[in-house]
Amino acid sequence: MIVLRNLCKTFDTSEGKIEVLKNINLKIKKGEIFGIIGLSGAGKSTLVRCINLLEKPASGEIIFDSMHMGDLSSKELLKVRQSMGMVFQSFNLLQQRTALRNVCYPLEIAWVPKDEARAKAIKLLELVGLSDKLNAYPSQLSGGQKQRVAIARALATEPKVLLCDEITSALDPNTTRSILELLQNINRTLGVTILIITHEMEVIDQICNRVAVIHEGKVVETGEVREVFLRPRSDTAKQLILPKGKEIRNMTGKRCLRIIFDGNSAFEPIISNMTLECRAVVNILYANTKSIDGKAYGEMLLQLPDDDVSIKRIFAYLDDKGIFYKEEELNV
Amino acid sequence: MFDTGMLELLGKGILETLYMTVVSTALAYVFGLPLGVVLCITDKNGVFPIPAVNKLLGFIINFLRSVPFLILLVFILPFTRAIVGTTIGSTATIVPLVVAAFPFVARMVESSLKEVDGGVIEAAQSMGSSTFQIVYKVLIPEAKPSLIVGAAIAITTILGHSAMAGFVGGGGLGTIAVNYGYYRYQRDVMTVTVILLVIIVQVFQEIGMRIARLSDKRIK
Repeated sequence: MIVLRNLCKTFDTSEGKIEVLKNINLKIKKGEIFGIIGLSGAGKSTLVRCINLLEKPASGEIIFDSMHMGDLSSKELLKVRQSMGMVFQSFNLLQQRTALRNVCYPLEIAWVPKDEARAKAIKLLELVGLSDKLNAYPSQLSGGQKQRVAIARALATEPKVLLCDEITSALDPNTTRSILELLQNINRTLGVTILIITHEMEVIDQICNRVAVIHEGKVVETGEVREVFLRPRSDTAKQLILPKGKEIRNMTGKRCLRIIFDGNSAFEPIISNMTLECRAVVNILYANTKSIDGKAYGEMLLQLPDDDVSIKRIFAYLDDKGIFYKEEELNV
Repeated sequence: MFDTGMLELLGKGILETLYMTVVSTALAYVFGLPLGVVLCITDKNGVFPIPAVNKLLGFIINFLRSVPFLILLVFILPFTRAIVGTTIGSTATIVPLVVAAFPFVARMVESSLKEVDGGVIEAAQSMGSSTFQIVYKVLIPEAKPSLIVGAAIAITTILGHSAMAGFVGGGGLGTIAVNYGYYRYQRDVMTVTVILLVIIVQVFQEIGMRIARLSDKRIK
């Protein structure tokens, strides 16, 4: 659906050129929810704006729905943009228009007849759960409601892809969850491909199928969300997945073990059984389990006893149970 | 002192003043509004950046704005005569009023439009809006309250200028104040015209602010 090839972007500033994106290569498949995660200033927002050419890339190719975006005339570009919805962190609703007329806006732009546009906008506002707020102005809506209007607006022209730029960053955790549920529904029922930019692991965790980790303008890791969660390879991914890394460093004095549970074993009392059977005491430094794609996954970081024999027994026990584990450096 | 003749004169003066002010403001917007839009969008951060055009227009506008009104009024007398056929009376005054006001209006419009949130414009662009659509569906409607406040300021400024034109036979309350209050030392006539001018300014300003407030959907 979207292919980015060797995409580079530079900004001219008073202190010379700054490379914001360096050789980005990504493939986003039709119908999936793809996440791009990175810390602030990693270039995520610039990247998503390059896809609909709100930012002109310095070099590289953007292929959307087998069209080369760079080859489009400015008229064609406007047409193509109508098939890409975009949702923003700060909602960006027209302040002087009601919710209904905000959703009508993209349809007006596409010269859809007024009555038809109105009927469609009403349906979309129903879809996002705001049928009682048709005539409310943005100033009368809460953050979550505004974002729902923005999503309805982005869907009005029946886009093939929805570009979401930090859409939950201005919302509280509960609202974030409900907005993400809405996106998941939209993805399932309308089959819209969704690209989500975020700095919050929870967002990726909750709805994405695949994720790209981006750091200082480079893609440092891509893969299935569960893969990246279970075995983060890049430092950025580790930093984002294990935000408590600093505390672990303070607490560990000796050898350390990361245990990774797959779908079945997370519900067995593995650690208790292990300590009983090996007669070795371990210290749980960090534990986190989550539900990904309906199955439970989790991991734990254990401080091992200062005794090689016990450690061997622990390893043997885990091997026996078929549990993935690995010894960690102390300075994770 | 205030016989019917004087009252009639004052009545006529009020009407002439309103006529000059309203027509001049309308014409100033006919030229100033599009110019303000062009100034806003051709800015290097605008939706249709053409820095060269922007700089040139900016220079011309600053040039016109730096000429004091009374001097401009006299300076363009030949131009006024060419257009209206005379240089005396309220219709003739409309010409210098418009020439003086439209650059001012353009700057007011420009600053109102630049207040529109960049994010909203970006959203409109992401939906495939053309530059023209952004101007008339986003910039102008979103800036409407601010544009109306600007119009109230413009109309009161133009009213003040129209009174100044009284010194060269511009008609309206200004002429009455000059002819009776200044040349004939009738302080009472002078006082009445000043009070009338103040009332008109207050009414215009108040109406403008009220419409602006009512039209603004952000503060409800």
